Amino acid sequence: MVDVSITNIRPDRAAVASQWQLIWWAFKRHRLAMAALVVTLAMYIVALVPGFFAINDPIMQNARSTFHPPQRIHLFDTTNGFQFGPHYYGMKLTRDPNTLAAVFVEDTGVKVPIAFFGRGYTYSVLGLFNTDIHLIATTDKTKPLYLFGADRLGRDVYSRTVQGAQISLSIGLVGVFLSLLLGIVLGGISGYYGGRIDFVMQRVIDFVLSLPTIPIWLALAAALPQGWPATLQYMMITIILSLTGWAQLARVVRGRFLSLRTEEFVAAARLDGVSEGRIIFRHMLPSFSSHIIASMTLAVPAMILAETSLSFLGLGLQPPTISWGVLLREAQNIRSIATAPWLFMPGLAVVVAVMALNLFGDGLRDAADPYNK
Amino acid sequence: MLKFVVKRLFWMIPSLFAVSFLAFVLIQLPPGDFVTTYIATLASSNEVIDQNTAASLRERFGLDQPMLIQYFKWIWGILTRGDFGISFEWQQPVSGLIWERMALTLILALVSLIATWALALPIGVYSAVKKYSIGDYTFTAFTFFGLSIPSFLLALVLMYVAAVEFGADVGGLFSPEYETASWSLAKMYDLLTHLWLPVAILAISSTASLIRVMRANMLDELPKPYVTTARAKGLSEFRLLIKYPLRIALNPFISTIAWLLPNLISGSVVVAIVLNLPTAAPLLLQSLMAQDMYLAGAFVLLICALTLIGSLISDILLALVDPRIRLE
Repeated sequence: MVDVSITNIRPDRAAVASQWQLIWWAFKRHRLAMAALVVTLAMYIVALVPGFFAINDPIMQNARSTFHPPQRIHLFDTTNGFQFGPHYYGMKLTRDPNTLAAVFVEDTGVKVPIAFFGRGYTYSVLGLFNTDIHLIATTDKTKPLYLFGADRLGRDVYSRTVQGAQISLSIGLVGVFLSLLLGIVLGGISGYYGGRIDFVMQRVIDFVLSLPTIPIWLALAAALPQGWPATLQYMMITIILSLTGWAQLARVVRGRFLSLRTEEFVAAARLDGVSEGRIIFRHMLPSFSSHIIASMTLAVPAMILAETSLSFLGLGLQPPTISWGVLLREAQNIRSIATAPWLFMPGLAVVVAVMALNLFGDGLRDAADPYNK
Repeated sequence: MLKFVVKRLFWMIPSLFAVSFLAFVLIQLPPGDFVTTYIATLASSNEVIDQNTAASLRERFGLDQPMLIQYFKWIWGILTRGDFGISFEWQQPVSGLIWERMALTLILALVSLIATWALALPIGVYSAVKKYSIGDYTFTAFTFFGLSIPSFLLALVLMYVAAVEFGADVGGLFSPEYETASWSLAKMYDLLTHLWLPVAILAISSTASLIRVMRANMLDELPKPYVTTARAKGLSEFRLLIKYPLRIALNPFISTIAWLLPNLISGSVVVAIVLNLPTAAPLLLQSLMAQDMYLAGAFVLLICALTLIGSLISDILLALVDPRIRLE
């Protein structure tokens, strides 16, 4: 069993390697999953300190740049020979003579160099301290840089997308953690004791799984008062999402408990007079924790999609909270996306995040399966 | 077999009761009731209602009674008279508002279900038989994309493409001239020409996971000795696939209906709101916002009931194809 998944590791090392070591070796061979892991980590780093990666203040409105189109960064400066000098050009606001619609034209006369680790707006790092250093900053405050364009109030879509990562990505983690707690406790009780408790719990799980989630979420979310503070709203939404999410995890946990219950090492522990809590947490949990973690990783993207859908419908998080779903509300009607297709950019962020997490979870599940060849 | 079906039908009863109670509790959750919302709406246009009128309104709608009594009145009306109560907002019986919308929801879900299976089955088999070919990789890439894109985003992008590139209006399920017309062959045809877009959107996200299920099952069956035996006996490759491994691999496929139908109905809610389809979803959202509890309750109840029936059908189908289940 040890050497099937690892071919290029010396057998004497594989024989004494811990389970996590084996999983890591198997995972490393899966190139797509490794790439997904890198993308996932990068996104969570951005979510940790979004202010550092943002360029403009995400809540600042600017009437002069309504539906400002995305700008290009030019990496090389060719005015003085060919050298590295990232810069962008200022935009001129003109009017279409026929329709009087605002048209932005690149003004190649105004060249604004980009400063790395330059100074911009002040933001707080995890609520610990304030700083104004950004990865990318403009050197001319009167000529803002809009990487993904601006929305109808002239707010920077790129900075808002980066800021939205914090809520959207963390809601997946917190939601999955809550459903895991419920799933382990209920699934564990069901699988460990079996019998009548198991029967009742199975019916409850079947019932929860057969419910159409979105109408239930809509009804639950509609019950939230509109005026609640953002953090309370956030907590309630994660609780709502995990209320239906736990059943899947409970089913996985129960299945594992049922199959482990009859294993020799559990019987041995019981005969030794080990307490039930210790049997569950010390002897049984470690032997299927890798499987649980893989299931959890696959549940995170589902949570992210759920939050995005709810907020998009206007029943999840409410502005001024910034999450990807809230941002996509700007792209709700055909008129605004026809004039400003860049409002889809937060949607692209959702797709990338969910795809990376799915691929990562898939690879982890394969790696954690000892029977996988 | 009959015993199995009867037993399974019997199990539906407590589930249906649980669902109806859940639906009722859910719509009771928001603080305040319809009268509060109604007064707030009137107040925004500077009309004031005094306490007595509010109380008499509550009495007329039965909102002053305890929740359990309201629930039993409601469920009794549904069971005995098919009466789902009165929509406060529309001032007419709920049953007059929901049935056509529920029928369209069901049609949308069923057509999407058939489209999903029709796509996922051959693609899954193909991916398994031609494992690690270019086609397999293409479909795998497609499934990961399909799993990652939220259906409302897909709907928005397709709407954008249709509007900007082709200048076509893709919202709704009917052309304006048929919207209020009674049912006829022409209207049916009109429905079909509008139905493809929501069906395609829903099918893309659900096909993705089904292809993976089908591929994995086929891969489990293909190396088994009975396949080799059949091949050695000179069976053509196509007949061999259809006759042996496919029939066994189909099993988990049928059981997917239990979660596929709730998923499709769930997904159709968001898509229907974006595309403004005349299905249950937009009205459900509106009634939830307005706390129009009997209307919202009827929708939540019927949608949940629909998914319960879906899992019933899947259990019966599964018992039909798998003797181990019906003999248990």
